[in-house]
Amino acid sequence: MIEVRDLTKFYGQRCAVDHVSFSVEEGEIVGFLGPNGAGKTTTLRILTCYMPATSGAASVAGHDVFTESLAVRQAIGYLPENVPMYTDMRVREYLNFRGKLRGLEKSARDAGIKRVAEQCWLGDFIERPIQQLSKGMRQRVGLADALLHDPKVLILDEPTVGLDPAQIRETRTLIKDLARRHTVILSSHILPEVEATCQRTIIIAGGKIVASGTPEQLKDRIRGGSRLIAEIHGPTSDVAGGVEKVNGVKHVAHTSNNGWVRLTIDTDKNADPREDIVKMSVQKGWRLREIRLEVGSLEEFFVQITAQQQMRDADRRRGTARPQEGAQA
Amino acid sequence: MKNVVALTQREFTTYIYSPIAYLTAFAFLVLTGILFTQNTLLPGEESSVRPLFFAMGSLFVFCVPILTMRLLSEEYASGTIETLMTAPVTDWEVILSKFLGVFLFYTGLVVLTVIHLLIIAIFGQIDVGVTLVAYLGLLLLGAFYASVGLFASACTRYQLLASVIGVGLLAILTFVTDFLSLQFPGARAVLGKVNVRGQFDVFCRGIFDTTSLIYFLSLTVFFLFLATKVLESKRWR
Repeated sequence: MIEVRDLTKFYGQRCAVDHVSFSVEEGEIVGFLGPNGAGKTTTLRILTCYMPATSGAASVAGHDVFTESLAVRQAIGYLPENVPMYTDMRVREYLNFRGKLRGLEKSARDAGIKRVAEQCWLGDFIERPIQQLSKGMRQRVGLADALLHDPKVLILDEPTVGLDPAQIRETRTLIKDLARRHTVILSSHILPEVEATCQRTIIIAGGKIVASGTPEQLKDRIRGGSRLIAEIHGPTSDVAGGVEKVNGVKHVAHTSNNGWVRLTIDTDKNADPREDIVKMSVQKGWRLREIRLEVGSLEEFFVQITAQQQMRDADRRRGTARPQEGAQA
Repeated sequence: MKNVVALTQREFTTYIYSPIAYLTAFAFLVLTGILFTQNTLLPGEESSVRPLFFAMGSLFVFCVPILTMRLLSEEYASGTIETLMTAPVTDWEVILSKFLGVFLFYTGLVVLTVIHLLIIAIFGQIDVGVTLVAYLGLLLLGAFYASVGLFASACTRYQLLASVIGVGLLAILTFVTDFLSLQFPGARAVLGKVNVRGQFDVFCRGIFDTTSLIYFLSLTVFFLFLATKVLESKRWR
């Protein structure tokens, strides 16, 4: 549904998007994740034909964004980052105007407004001037506008910013529902957001895609293996030494406090030595009050991967190269 | 074409609700009224519309850019340009509708000045033919001024700057060239032709001259074209 190849955008000398390539299948929800200034909005603006790319190609719904701009714009619903709208208009008036621009006939507009008013909970304030609306309400009007003509592709730039927690949850549910009939690409700098809504995540930093895949795939790549935390009561050196000999344990770090030894255990890939550790401490008569598997969160991965990118960028500026870590899926 | 209708409707409605538009219209009508009573509505004056129309033409140098300054500058400043330019409308449709929106409001303003002619008609006789041609001239002048104002508004996100650029350009074309052609008789052949006042005066005298008609129409189209190009170029930055 969306094809992006080698997309590059320079603002003057500054490179905002650097040879980005990805594709989105029909009906997918894809999250675009990155720190502020990573190039998310720029990429989305190129996809929505707001600005042309410096080089590279992109197509949406089978139309090239540069040569068939009008067809692309007809096929998309776009929610820009700051939700700009004509504040002197009333909500219904604004949606009606936007419907006309999309070429909807009167009956289709009326039906469309009725539908999106329900989907985006505009009920109470649809007759009010946009000026008087709060940020969250405007966000919903913006979403309603994007949905009005039932577009094939929805492009949402930070769709839940400014909403209250209940609305954020409802918006996420709404977006998931939408994916059955629309292809959705949304951007965010908040991880849980993307983790909760999207089937696939593309992490972008410094204008480059640093990783992409499902949340599970990304988590798998965080470290070779995983990490265990255990707290055992016993002689410090015996406990640490004993655990280190258990099958599947790679490395043990420990601290002790009042006879309790707190162990941080790195394990081999796909190994889970928890049961063996429990058996051992029972045999030796040590008391065990905690043992758990710590699975790396997407958050850690995000921080790790964007930090790597920043380091590489800094190296490049200094003129030294660092081998590429965290290859693309 | 449907897009143009929808966009024009929106632009025109904005003027209907805009206090600045009303203030401008108010100032224009008051000044026109004063000039009318001071220059035309006097015992013994000839019942000619020429001085009245000439004065209105000069007032519009200042009034029209104030009406047009918000057209695109406001969209840039508030960011609504992003929703507009990602809707399936072409750049020239946007420019044309903005132009038509302000031109409709301008036409309404011009229609209000008919009251002066009715007053003249009470005390004397007016030549209907001359008056109609003069009104045609005023509409052509307004179209040209609006296109220059729209071009100025396309250049910047600051409304104040847009109005200054607009007034500046119009003042050069209206007053400065007039002044220079009086100062330098050698350049009169060229400057007199370029000058707006000279062309407009032809209509005020009740002469329907296709040279002047083409002058106004071609300049209007030219500035609308420039505005479209400026708007397009904004995408590339």
